[in-house]
Amino acid sequence: MDIRHEAHRTGPMPDATRPSLDALRKLTLPAPLALDCGESLEEVEIAYETWGELNADRTNAVLVCHALTGDQYPAGPNPLTGRGAWWPRLIGPGKPVDTRRFHVIATNVLGGCMGTTGPASSRPDGRPWGTDFPVITIADMVRAQRAFVDALGIDSLFCVLGGSMGGMQVMEWAVQAPEKVFCALPIASTARHSAQNIAFYEVGRQAIMADPDWCEGHYIARGRRPDRGLAVARMAAHITYVSESALKRKFDRDLQDRAATSFSFDADFQIESYLRHQGRSFVDRFDANSYLYVTRAMDYFDLGAAHGGRLANAFAGSPVRFCLFSFSSDWHYPPAEAMELTRALVAAGVDVSHIEIETDKGHDAFLLEEPGFEAAVAGFLDASARQRGLAG
Amino acid sequence: MSARADHIAIVSRIPAGARVLDVGCGDGELLGLLRESKGVDARGLELSSDLAGKALARGLSVIQGDADSDLDIFPDDSFDVAILSKAIQQMRDPAHVLSQLGRIAPEVLVSFRNLGRWPRRLQLLSKGRMPAPPLWHDSDALHPCTASDMVSLARELGLTTQAMAPVDDGVVGKFRNGGLVRLNWSADEVILHLSR
Repeated sequence: MDIRHEAHRTGPMPDATRPSLDALRKLTLPAPLALDCGESLEEVEIAYETWGELNADRTNAVLVCHALTGDQYPAGPNPLTGRGAWWPRLIGPGKPVDTRRFHVIATNVLGGCMGTTGPASSRPDGRPWGTDFPVITIADMVRAQRAFVDALGIDSLFCVLGGSMGGMQVMEWAVQAPEKVFCALPIASTARHSAQNIAFYEVGRQAIMADPDWCEGHYIARGRRPDRGLAVARMAAHITYVSESALKRKFDRDLQDRAATSFSFDADFQIESYLRHQGRSFVDRFDANSYLYVTRAMDYFDLGAAHGGRLANAFAGSPVRFCLFSFSSDWHYPPAEAMELTRALVAAGVDVSHIEIETDKGHDAFLLEEPGFEAAVAGFLDASARQRGLAG
Repeated sequence: MSARADHIAIVSRIPAGARVLDVGCGDGELLGLLRESKGVDARGLELSSDLAGKALARGLSVIQGDADSDLDIFPDDSFDVAILSKAIQQMRDPAHVLSQLGRIAPEVLVSFRNLGRWPRRLQLLSKGRMPAPPLWHDSDALHPCTASDMVSLARELGLTTQAMAPVDDGVVGKFRNGGLVRLNWSADEVILHLSR
């Protein structure tokens, strides 16, 4: 599998009609999925991809959980968007998550828009869900993944790893099914969405819902798309994924293709042009309602509150080996929040490691070149695999 | 690779199967030795992320953190033994760190450079210059001290010195319960075995 870094390539999706998702690899869950909100979903489809061979004992499976805007293609190109693997430095032959040693599985989350059942999918009667889709939680996403992994005939996972919202799923896996996870790597994540996190995502949701093309959530049935609102949502969120020092290093107040400010509202500054590009390229590959549902799931995530108000209770007696990573300049999910999770895991008597990587790349550092991070992941996984009896 | 003499001496003081926290564990060499020879439950705290990453690759559990501020994440008596090897003089608040170790574990092993050794006393007396190699402002020891200073601090914090041993030129002497005056006069480095 060729996994060259192609993250900045934009996909061939220029028009308003979404290409068919039917070509993607999918599995339909054998039973209805009960949700936290009290409703249940029938015939849930999970879109997924795999790399590397499953061993005879079925003990070398690694589940990769994606972030808010990610998909099931961490280690290979997305055939629909043409975008390259989003974790090419971490997963692949000879990489820290070595596909010659591990069977890597990635799914699109419940509520997502890359083939898994979500608000852009059709109801049993054929009409698109839109905002009639039930509100889902991170725990629901993990329940769907668990049913999916069961359906694959895999009893336990060697490892679950993921960054940002993917890290929330990792924690939730360890809480829901500690006996099925040997080691867990929550990366650049938090056990609890802060007021600031909720605030930024609420700005994004309001931008989407203020777009007249949103049509109260039923734009698919009306043949429209709230691209402007979704682009603004992406722009606002993107600011929180990068650090002030990285913005200064890359853009500062530099002007975009001009010698002086234009006394207009054009994108005079490079940072404006960059953010507009981020917004524009995002709407080609993401569904606005999915953005509402998935950000809501993150807002509702509070592991401690879900366990009697004490985070340590969520992990009491857990046999899972944890390894947390945080990044010094991440102000979206700051290292202090990873340290709080570490404190809870220590209090619960769980085997935990936590490394804070020094970087100026902000929250997105987990997706970028960070040799210290990559080496530490490789070391932890190799040592854990030897403890699990997996050949090198 | 042969193990360091001071590491072997520390290993000799730790019971098999103990829960051990090594504060300032570096790349995990001592913890690795403890796990292999004593089967301990080995955990580390390390300030440098590069070194912590190397300890991870040994299969050890390590938390990257600052002993001056992060020891409060460990509950009371969450370990049987806490180790602070050649690091206490680098702490901003050695008394706080030592009292935290005594809270986390009933037994504490601490090793450090002994400023009380006679040539060091003589240098200060005769030349009027600090015996901090190579230069006083280059030394990473923020709080140089003598063996007697450390035993006295431990006592103030409610920790009893069970045994002490000198380390000279990489050779560890016998652990004894007593002989502090002589040790303070002659030892290059000192290992103290403290308990509540």
